[in-house]
Amino acid sequence: MKILLTYSFSSLATYIHNLLAELITNSLLLQVTEMVILGVSLIAFLVVLCFFLGYMERKVAAFMEIRLGPNRVGPKGSMQIVADTLKLLLKEGLTPDSADKFLFNLAPVIMVIGSMMVIAPIAFAKDFQLYDINIGVLYVSAVSSLGVIGILMAGWSSNNKYSLLGAMRSGAQIVSYELSVGLSLISIVVLSGSLSLGDIVRSQENGWWIIKGHIPVIISFVIFIIASTAEINRAPFDMAEAEQELTGGFHTEYAGMKFAMFLLSEYINLFVVSAVAATLFLGGWMPFHIGGLDGFNHIMDFIPSSVWFFSKTFLIIFIIMQFRWTFPRLRVDQLLTLEWKYLLPISMVNVILVTVMAIMGWHF
Amino acid sequence: MGSSALILLLLCGIAFAGAGILLSLAVAKTKKNAQKGETYECGIPTTGTSWIQFNVGYYLFALIFLVFDVELVFMYPWATVVKEIGMPALFEILVFMFILFMGLLYAWKKGALEWK
Repeated sequence: MKILLTYSFSSLATYIHNLLAELITNSLLLQVTEMVILGVSLIAFLVVLCFFLGYMERKVAAFMEIRLGPNRVGPKGSMQIVADTLKLLLKEGLTPDSADKFLFNLAPVIMVIGSMMVIAPIAFAKDFQLYDINIGVLYVSAVSSLGVIGILMAGWSSNNKYSLLGAMRSGAQIVSYELSVGLSLISIVVLSGSLSLGDIVRSQENGWWIIKGHIPVIISFVIFIIASTAEINRAPFDMAEAEQELTGGFHTEYAGMKFAMFLLSEYINLFVVSAVAATLFLGGWMPFHIGGLDGFNHIMDFIPSSVWFFSKTFLIIFIIMQFRWTFPRLRVDQLLTLEWKYLLPISMVNVILVTVMAIMGWHF
Repeated sequence: MGSSALILLLLCGIAFAGAGILLSLAVAKTKKNAQKGETYECGIPTTGTSWIQFNVGYYLFALIFLVFDVELVFMYPWATVVKEIGMPALFEILVFMFILFMGLLYAWKKGALEWK
């Protein structure tokens, strides 16, 4: 019971470790067992997360369009997404005769791996991080761009014109917007002086960067949200799927569980992007602190760190989901104009502004 | 949890995607016929393959991207130390960014950023 009261994941991990150490004496076997437990719980967490995001997406869509959304299967329609998953599981996973069969079947696996690997450096709560890589920010931006390989692979191997068009569009789009994402990440690296996500969270102990860094950081936050919406192929930047013109884009030929894998990796990417935005700009698991006001800070510490992290992340997810029903889809030329003629020059100038501010000490 | 976390996540990804697809192979009813194997295209038989030449515009953007991505890689180590070094570091990156910005303006002027 003491574990539950301290809200600490590390004490839970120690508890489980000690419990297992009593049962299993062989150290190698112990390590393998722990790895399996961690792996299974990670997969379970991601599946539950994707179910929840799928449900949330429908409910947000319904909320934006003033209708009810799913409300038949289970309480408030919450089992709808489980029913959908079962349906996808029972569908025949077709491979077209003219497709490149090896790449066609490899692409969904690559997509899932690419989006799962990014979870590693994210701090879910205080002392709860899989691996605090010292180049965390670089790792996140490098691994999250692996997804484009999966998309191009899927589009090319399908041997379908719609798929190929969708994949090429998405290739051009993702690589373009990666620049703005990178530059807005760099502005926070400049301020905190570290690439490790753990250090960046700790640097926000006396206030989140979006408050401490005022206008330049707010600009880079907005750029990050816009560009990362484009990077995870969500509306209004869903050129790669564009149901109305490309009948599904790069995953036109996919059916059943292979299609579900694309959906799943899209939701994991959505979560990861929002989590990174929450970590860098809104302080991650760090409670709302104001430098100097110790009493106030102490009251804020009573709210568990995981609650802070997840509420910030889901706030950003909610905003990104609202984009989908707020803006019409962009054309290819508008998309590239927005990035190359607006976001990229603005974010380049913004990095210089942030640097001047950091050196002069103009931030709080 | 050290770097083994990365291997663990990799294995998790493979296991999860593999298990999902294999499970669906095991439980889904499969009945193959000639129509199901056709390429999907509005209900009419597709003409030719899709593995052909297409718009060069995508490659142009990929090339410009490559230049700026290299810039970004240089900026990561710079960003971690700029606060300690101060003004000299800022001046040096300004020269670097100025040259790249000229490159962007050149591409802009030449019309490489227009979608045709």
